Amino acid sequence: MRTLFVPLILVATAMFAYAPYMIDQAAYESSMGLVSKIFYFHAPSGMVMLLSAVVCGVASALYLWRRNPMADHVAIAAAELTVLYGLIVLVTGPLWARKAWGIWWDWEARLTMSFVGWLIAVSYLFVRKYGGPGSDKLGAALAVFGTANVPFIYLSVNLWRTLHPKTSVVPTLPPLIRGPFWFSALALFLMYLLLLTARVHLERQRAALDALYLTDED
Amino acid sequence: MFVKTALLVLKKDFAIEVRSREILYTTLLFALSCVLVFSIAFVKEGEPLLDAAAGILWIAVEFAGTLALGKTFERERYAETLRALLLAPAPRAAIYAGKMLGIVLLLSVAEVLLVPLVALLFHAPLLAHPALLVALLAAGTIGFAIVGTLFAAMLVRVRSRDVMLPILLYPMTVPVMIAGVRGTSALLQSPADVASAGMWIGLLASLDVVFLTIALWTFEPLMTE
Repeated sequence: MRTLFVPLILVATAMFAYAPYMIDQAAYESSMGLVSKIFYFHAPSGMVMLLSAVVCGVASALYLWRRNPMADHVAIAAAELTVLYGLIVLVTGPLWARKAWGIWWDWEARLTMSFVGWLIAVSYLFVRKYGGPGSDKLGAALAVFGTANVPFIYLSVNLWRTLHPKTSVVPTLPPLIRGPFWFSALALFLMYLLLLTARVHLERQRAALDALYLTDED
Repeated sequence: MFVKTALLVLKKDFAIEVRSREILYTTLLFALSCVLVFSIAFVKEGEPLLDAAAGILWIAVEFAGTLALGKTFERERYAETLRALLLAPAPRAAIYAGKMLGIVLLLSVAEVLLVPLVALLFHAPLLAHPALLVALLAAGTIGFAIVGTLFAAMLVRVRSRDVMLPILLYPMTVPVMIAGVRGTSALLQSPADVASAGMWIGLLASLDVVFLTIALWTFEPLMTE
């Protein structure tokens, strides 16, 4: 990943520069007009958010039971990115909803679920920041529980209410929308990969620095 | 060994509580205050809003439960007795189980008081299906206590634990609350929607099993310094 880092940054930059043009060229969705373009940011960010949450959960489980410090670095980096991509989802979603449903927010299954998931990720960061010593294990347990909770949140809110377009929308997209959509998804995923690598690297440097301080004091 | 240790921890907590009754009284009083505050929000022109009773009951249980969890572990921290407990040559998971049972017991007492009170004050036929209501409350309370006890235990060493507990606990117990509130309000309909209440009980029961497994599994590595 280290040797690929710089070339990948260049690729990602080029993709982000080209994406607005591609989205502009994509077919208009008949009923939504310009607002339908939000979809190119919203849905891929949601996918990356979910992926990032899973990464955080798996890494936390590895840290909790295997004591692998690298897993902890990955977990905190993934949690921060879950919050970041979650924020994109939660900001672009209401903009779209205002036009599609006439309301900014609805306590509907997917919306509630994203909100709860985002809240759990934020509380993870909260624990890591203000928890003091031992907060790494505490956060790991929180992430493991949060991940185990996902199916239950999904099931309970789904039984409670449903209004959001189904996930089956994505495979059935018309070709003129499908191309730019997957392009945007790839660009956002690449950005995720780069940010994650950079953040893990930073966390590792910080741990190394802490270790150096400790040996110096002894 | 496991069951014996868990029951011993439960007995210890029970003995302390019987002497002072501090946590029981504060929890009950806090639950009552919750009901009062909610009555201001959910009663319009003397008539409670439809479905309000189910929500009020469960939120009162959740809030009072958070208070009780904080208090139980504050007591252990105060005298450094949690460390003594963890040093005991007993399976750690059993200590967790004992603590968890104590919280379930305490909240059950609170519910025995809360259910008739909410039924009375908000004109809700809560006692029309006692068996289903008991099953819902039991499954929900156990689910809440499983997550709550684990988080409260691991927050013992953390500085801002009293703020942190609700922040961690409320998003995590969202499925418990949805299932509890929806199940109860299904019972409050006329005629009662027994089928959906049964479905919510099933969801709660499966959640309890999964959460309990993870909690018993994580308690040991979490509590190891």
